[in-house]
Amino acid sequence: MTSLFEEVPVSTDDNISTTRVEVNVNGERRAAQIEPRLLLAHLLRNGFKLTGTHTGCDTTNCGACTVLLDGEPVKSCTVFAVQANGHDVTTVEGLASSEQLHPVQEGFKDEHGLQCGFCTPGMMLSAVALLNENDDPTEDEVRWALSGNLCRCTGYQNIVKAVLWAGAKMRGDA
Amino acid sequence: MYPSRFRYEAPTTLAEAIAILATNDDAKVLAGGQSLIPMMKLRFASPATLVDINNIPDLDFHGADADGTYRIGALCRHAHLEKSTTLGDHQPLLASCAPLVADPIVRTRGTFVGSVCHADPQGDWASCMVALDGSITAVGPNGERSIPVKEFVSGPFQTVLAADEIATEAVIAPAQGTRVGGYLKLERRVGDFATAGVAIGLDMTGGTVASAGIGLTGVGAQTIDAAEAASVLIGSSLEPDVIERAANLAAEVANPRSDHRGSASYKKHVVETFVSRILGNVQREELQVA
Repeated sequence: MTSLFEEVPVSTDDNISTTRVEVNVNGERRAAQIEPRLLLAHLLRNGFKLTGTHTGCDTTNCGACTVLLDGEPVKSCTVFAVQANGHDVTTVEGLASSEQLHPVQEGFKDEHGLQCGFCTPGMMLSAVALLNENDDPTEDEVRWALSGNLCRCTGYQNIVKAVLWAGAKMRGDA
Repeated sequence: MYPSRFRYEAPTTLAEAIAILATNDDAKVLAGGQSLIPMMKLRFASPATLVDINNIPDLDFHGADADGTYRIGALCRHAHLEKSTTLGDHQPLLASCAPLVADPIVRTRGTFVGSVCHADPQGDWASCMVALDGSITAVGPNGERSIPVKEFVSGPFQTVLAADEIATEAVIAPAQGTRVGGYLKLERRVGDFATAGVAIGLDMTGGTVASAGIGLTGVGAQTIDAAEAASVLIGSSLEPDVIERAANLAAEVANPRSDHRGSASYKKHVVETFVSRILGNVQREELQVA
């Protein structure tokens, strides 16, 4: 088990009260000694060096920092890291399995679902959450599910196509 | 952005949570956190202690009692209501509002009761609770009390909840006859604050309105109870002239400010239109049933 366990000290100041958290990140048990005010996005990025989770607006608007918490999409800038203690977190780094891309990643590649790429991790995790519930969504349902994620390149058309492509792949239609 | 430092408590029982609130000055309850955490990050709120209630069992529920009383627990997320297959049968107003709250990601975390407790004049659920004349159950060191929502919200972002009380559930009384109604909201984009929103809850018996409530979102310093507009509906069968009167009265009681979302007169016009539209829809559906 020790190989699956990584201690990440986020705070080293003895005068500041910290708490220990253990989070199952992308199937790996990770631990950290953190201040309660640390946000999940910052634990992932600065503590665990999983920089695929982007912080965009930092005000709960843009959805770039979306990760799955126990399978549900959440804005990781609006969840305290201590709240993830004992829970499962999936980030964009956890979508691919070894050499095999997740169908959503393949879809974004095939349908050119990204321009600058900043919103992409959040878009993908919202898409995965949708397709896990419904792998045959209509275009409207895709747009609805992604309505909490902003793309400042305004590349929505291809993002929607990418998610529909991924759904087809997951159903075995592609 | 980081919030100020705070002490974090994660009790596993309600009694423990209340004891922490009672012995700590400046403690705040954390449920979904989708308003509280942004406010803490912006330092609009800097509570010394946060009492996270997410580990307390039996607060995540919604459903009807045998007598039709509808209860929504403190950890019931917006998404649970949105995805419910039974909510619409009991509470059509809530079912039409659920998909319009915030955005899909915020809805997985944010809670109904938390939204009412936040008492933001832009809050969708508070308007629904006003329209349905609901109440909040609060539990404190001296036991439980029920507070009608119209007394619960005492001002913008203010409630009568005591510092050592926790709002454990929202309660809506059973329908007298058939409950109908709906919610409409104008927003510039998903997740933005409402330009204006209207919640209407009606109980119909034999094609006649037995009781009515209208709540207005985002058009005043707090959620507006358009009681006079609702009162003209009682006893009617939603005839066009009655709908028009109610719409006019609702627009009159709206007290919006002109801002980047629109002028005050425009927002009043939206309120009037939404009242007519919701009541018109109800009236058409009632005719189809009859």
